[in-house]
Amino acid sequence: MTTSDAAVGIPREVHHGPPGANYLNCERGLKSWMLTLDHKRIGVMYLASTLAAFLLGGIYALIVRTEHLTPGRTIIDADTYNQMFSLHGAIMVFLFIIPSIPAAFGNFFLPIMLGAKDVAFPRLNLASYYLWVTGAIFAVVSISINAVDTGWTFYTPYSTSTATAVIPIVFGVFILGFSSIFTGLNFIVTVHKLRDKRMGWFQMPLFIWGLYATAVIQILATPVLAITLLLLIVERAFGVGIFDPGLGGDPVLFQHFFWFYSHPAVYIMILPAMGIISELIATYSHKHIFSYKYIAFSSIAIAIFGFLVWGHHMFVAGQSPLINMIFSAITFSVAIPSAIKVFNWLTTMYKGSVKLTTGMWYALLFIWVFSIGGLTGIFLGTLAVDVHLHDTYFVVAHFHYVMFGGTVMALLGGLHHWWPKMFGRMYSEGPAKVATALVFVGFNLTFFTQFIMGSRGMPRRYYMYPDEYTMYHVLSSIGSYIMAAGFFLTAAYLISSLIRGAKAPANPWGASTLEWQVASPPTMHNFEGPVPEPGDPYDYDRVKWDGSTREWHHEPARGAAGH
Amino acid sequence: MIANLLLAAGNATFWLPEGKSTFAGEVDSLFYFIFWLCVFFFALILGMAVWFLLKYRRKGDEPVSLPSKHHDTTLELVWSGIPLLISLGIFVVGFRTYMDVVTPPENSFEIQANAQKWSWSFTYPNGYIDSELHVPVGRPVKLTMSSQDVLHSFFVPELRTKQDVIPGRYSRVWFNVTEPFEATVFCAEYCGTNHSLMQSPFIAHPQEEFDAWLQKASRWWEGMDPVEAGALLYQKRGCVQCHSVDGGGGIGPTFLGGFGNRRQFADGGTGVMDENYIRESILNPRAKVVAGFDPVMPTFQGRFKEEELSVIIAYLKSLSGK
Repeated sequence: MTTSDAAVGIPREVHHGPPGANYLNCERGLKSWMLTLDHKRIGVMYLASTLAAFLLGGIYALIVRTEHLTPGRTIIDADTYNQMFSLHGAIMVFLFIIPSIPAAFGNFFLPIMLGAKDVAFPRLNLASYYLWVTGAIFAVVSISINAVDTGWTFYTPYSTSTATAVIPIVFGVFILGFSSIFTGLNFIVTVHKLRDKRMGWFQMPLFIWGLYATAVIQILATPVLAITLLLLIVERAFGVGIFDPGLGGDPVLFQHFFWFYSHPAVYIMILPAMGIISELIATYSHKHIFSYKYIAFSSIAIAIFGFLVWGHHMFVAGQSPLINMIFSAITFSVAIPSAIKVFNWLTTMYKGSVKLTTGMWYALLFIWVFSIGGLTGIFLGTLAVDVHLHDTYFVVAHFHYVMFGGTVMALLGGLHHWWPKMFGRMYSEGPAKVATALVFVGFNLTFFTQFIMGSRGMPRRYYMYPDEYTMYHVLSSIGSYIMAAGFFLTAAYLISSLIRGAKAPANPWGASTLEWQVASPPTMHNFEGPVPEPGDPYDYDRVKWDGSTREWHHEPARGAAGH
Repeated sequence: MIANLLLAAGNATFWLPEGKSTFAGEVDSLFYFIFWLCVFFFALILGMAVWFLLKYRRKGDEPVSLPSKHHDTTLELVWSGIPLLISLGIFVVGFRTYMDVVTPPENSFEIQANAQKWSWSFTYPNGYIDSELHVPVGRPVKLTMSSQDVLHSFFVPELRTKQDVIPGRYSRVWFNVTEPFEATVFCAEYCGTNHSLMQSPFIAHPQEEFDAWLQKASRWWEGMDPVEAGALLYQKRGCVQCHSVDGGGGIGPTFLGGFGNRRQFADGGTGVMDENYIRESILNPRAKVVAGFDPVMPTFQGRFKEEELSVIIAYLKSLSGK
């Protein structure tokens, strides 16, 4: 363990395989995957696992939406409904959205983008994956015992008094927190220590800045969630009064603890997504990203502000007006870095050369949904207006536009962007465009109607609802089916591309970052031979289209000075 | 149309139900100011995206590169400065209006509100308790609220106000209704199985009508026999939310035909449902829980007077023909 090889976790006995070998086929068999230390394989396992969680959470969502086709009982009873929306939220947040982009794409691409062979602690990386699996098992077991009905927020004293299996799922979330911390720690150390020596901080791709800001939040905020959940377990299991007023506790204290993590967690979900969007817009506009430093620092600003706004979840929970005023003011400050990002993305397209691939479509759809999600946040940050909208469908619509719309559009954009790199195959653009349209139409139909219901007064988490909302609920449910069709179509053509897709070149999109200068799919050690000069990650002047070979061609970087 | 959307105050619009409290107009104006601001910025973003997309779309495979800047500090300052100033303005107006929404005037008419799974009860100044919320028009009303069990939240959309109700502490909400109307009190904080059914009628009367209602309601059982009075009280106190009287299922056991029968308890014991059993089950509900049901009923200790217990018992006896 003293050699530099050990530091990057590559066992020395590893063989490079025959010529043409890549990370997928250099070793075969289940064991070679289960015990792999390769960041790319771990990324692929995370991708498959988190997408499976997305499927499960999506099925719960479809059950909830189907139940809402009529104001009264449609298919399930009230208790089952309460379990369905709780599981939908818990699984989507903890098993899917939080780990998805960092653990799947981050693991796969962060080392390559930095010119490294692997993350700093490959064993910790594998451990983080198995912690995720363990947390997921706890969640699934709790579902099969007596699924939790508390909502994903586990608010006390309901969560300490309900008869459902709260402890197993809460313990599962506790374990998932460690998985998240391990990944964050790994990324921070990798960025600091394994970045190519020639790559300055401001030559890192913006996706790395997003992941770095995310990792800082993961490390600082997740322990608070862990302690909170432990306290909840202690109260439920041993009757120690912490949150339950019946035992001398304070139920609002739980909300403070919970949101101290869970608000920053929103930025864990959105910052890596924003990082992907920066990569997509620049690549498909074939133009240098506009205001690199403002985008990079706005990620850090969002991470910092994100820690100071948790109280805006409790404007009507009995906080004093002074506290509410402070949280409202800080909440507005988050609007600024978000606006900076959106305007810089748009300006990147100006005088660019925009290619409308599926990746670019998803980047544009991200701007659409994130703008609506962000702008409707102004209503909720405004104290007097929030009082009316709090705990209504308006809030549900808002956070789905930001968390689901934002993260999933970026995830799908990234998936299409990096799919040829990860698996060496091209997907077909035709069905991809159809699926994109279905997802877009379905998404907006599902959630825009919820804004209307919410501001008219429809409270959230309602099994039955007043008749006047029927039309909106039905439209919303139809939207969810359209969206589901889009996701299934996406799964179908991506999987079929693995078998029938054309072989992908090293750089199908004319992108300029380092991962496009290695083979598709990459070899075991990512870089065969010396790592290319990183240079400016958005210098597209050195990525030229060669009409005769119909391939993109990289010219050597013009030194560290960049543009 | 646009004036209607902009001014909003009082009238129902596409986005908001009718506003019936003194501060509803301010809240609605702010809502629609933000709404049009969002429409403007969304149109701006979308317009830029579509324009750049059409103008700079790549034709063929080879990208065209036009010389352009990678950075412009003036632009950055403009598009961070303008949102900052607008945000500050909205924050200030939002906070000032909020202070109106949460600060009850000194002379408010006080009503106690009690929330429990899954019903509301309102105690008027003369001690009268009802599951309906009746309030006078044109007079500030302050509710002092507490919860028997978990978190709940008081929400009447037409009033544009909302406040969580928390066990172990009092929270308050106030409003001054501008005209007589009827609406619904919703529970807005998730509280379990029948969260979506935790509703009470909300009725705003002119002051004289309200006084007359309260006087009449407080003497509601004058001239009634105990069974009739018990039936009405059973509704008013929300018992019916969990215990059906027609044999149907519910959170708790139905009371159709139960009186005088032996019941199986969750702890394995049995007992006859008699007067003392009913009394104990109201005041100390977890003492003997019928098998097959969860111990979720809160205590009604202090919320039923002796004569009220006796009419409830009379009513439950009548359901078994006794």
